[in-house]
Amino acid sequence: MKTRNKLGTVLLAVVLVSCGGLLLSQKANAAGEGKITGTVKLSGTAPHMRGIDMSKDPYCVKQHANNPAHLETVVVGSDSGLENVVLYISEGLPANVLAEVPKTVPVFDQKNCMYTPHVLAMDVDQTFKVETSDQTTHNIHPLPNPMTGNIPWNQSQPPGAAPIEKKWKAAEVIPVQCNIHPWMHGWFVVVKGPYATTDDKGNYTIENVPPGNYTVTAWQEDYGTQTQKVTVAAGKPGTADFTFKAK
Amino acid sequence: MRTKLQMWTLMMGVAAALALPTLSRAQLTSGEIQSRLGMESHIGNITGHANSGRVKYDYRRYCVGCHGDLGDGNGENAVWFDTPMYQKPRDFQLGVFKCRSTPTGTLPTDQDLFDAITRGFDRSNMPPWNTFTKQQRADLVAWVKHFSPRWTNEKPGVPITIPPEPEVTAERIKAGRDVFARVQCWKCHGVQGMANGPSASTLTDDQGRPIAPFNFTDGARPKCGDTDQDIYRIFMTGLDGTPMPSFADNIKPDEAWDLVFYLRTFMAQRSVEKEMAKKLDLKPVNPNAPAGQQ
Repeated sequence: MKTRNKLGTVLLAVVLVSCGGLLLSQKANAAGEGKITGTVKLSGTAPHMRGIDMSKDPYCVKQHANNPAHLETVVVGSDSGLENVVLYISEGLPANVLAEVPKTVPVFDQKNCMYTPHVLAMDVDQTFKVETSDQTTHNIHPLPNPMTGNIPWNQSQPPGAAPIEKKWKAAEVIPVQCNIHPWMHGWFVVVKGPYATTDDKGNYTIENVPPGNYTVTAWQEDYGTQTQKVTVAAGKPGTADFTFKAK
Repeated sequence: MRTKLQMWTLMMGVAAALALPTLSRAQLTSGEIQSRLGMESHIGNITGHANSGRVKYDYRRYCVGCHGDLGDGNGENAVWFDTPMYQKPRDFQLGVFKCRSTPTGTLPTDQDLFDAITRGFDRSNMPPWNTFTKQQRADLVAWVKHFSPRWTNEKPGVPITIPPEPEVTAERIKAGRDVFARVQCWKCHGVQGMANGPSASTLTDDQGRPIAPFNFTDGARPKCGDTDQDIYRIFMTGLDGTPMPSFADNIKPDEAWDLVFYLRTFMAQRSVEKEMAKKLDLKPVNPNAPAGQQ
């Protein structure tokens, strides 16, 4: 009796594990296919982006001799497309997709005394790189809230400095600044799971989303967040268009 | 009478609206903090305890006026010091400290906190507490640590290694001047270390409050200690929570000593370096020279 019971348990375990494995592999396959696409637009008149006085640093002034620098809080491209909006899935992701960390290394460049890109999205625990293309010293100083588990740091990057590689422990929208050039202000948007940032036309595509029902959140630094319910079916990408209203 | 009341309500409303954004950082409750009363500190062979019994009374008597009951730096005296030079008391709940022997973005060691309590901070409202016994100070370190969840979730950073101090030479002082020019310390500290660089006037700390760079020339001692090793440590670890970044990736250990010697030439205190610089007739760096040419 006892042996039969044992045999049964072992058999059950084997069946369960193989089923689980099959399920997982299917999900992983599906994850590669599904995606969410859309466009983010601005309705109303785009706000005026104030010019930046860089006279503190003659090098920065020289870099912008022909293309005056201006703030990048709201960047509107052709056809009212809103740039630098981060889109991520705030609800509905299965644990295995949440746990995946992309291998790509997003780059945050200090170029012409501005941050390129102005908004850098990344996954929790994803390695990112901070570079400098400038012939002037910058200090890169992200300001997370230490209560989240993300710890603030502050490193210098003089001309020709090697890139810095870092990662963040928790999902958080982190302001970044350079104290030497106080107009330099950017964002690290750290999210859990797949994400995308809109291009200059306001278009985005979140890749690697398995079929399912989700809530997609769009984040813009000045206008805050918006959410939408999206369904992704096998072979059929979900779509979600957002419109932010100019203040 | 009625209009007065209305005015009062309006004013309170405005005050509340103004105060709201400053409360955005999560405040810990005393219950959460008390759950960490088992915190310890290790200073050499002394072990400090946050539940030592006495430390609570030491903190209430000597520290609470500035650092506050919850260690958030909002003691009743804190409102009175808020200038770029005299900074607000530290918010222990955030667990972010200026004076560390550890890399930027890491927790300081127990010894770092012990030294800060012992030394105090020159040109601030924090006096040296070297009248306390070592045991009392070790207990206070444990008490300071129990305010922040960081100490339960993370380990302190590994202290940076400081090579033995070389002998001061004219060559080293000149090399230090090159480092000063290359990493552009003058952007904030000024070409003569007088805290008047082009970026000095707009500096803010992590809470967005104005803060002044260190003035080497007015006789003040550096806040994190005034030995050569302390100065080495300050620019190689950075002062977390302030605009002062870490230069560890961009200054080699040997160059760092050169820079220490050069910084000494700015200081009001008499030193070998100052004498040598006078003989060399060293000119301040030229901020307009192209990178790599001085």
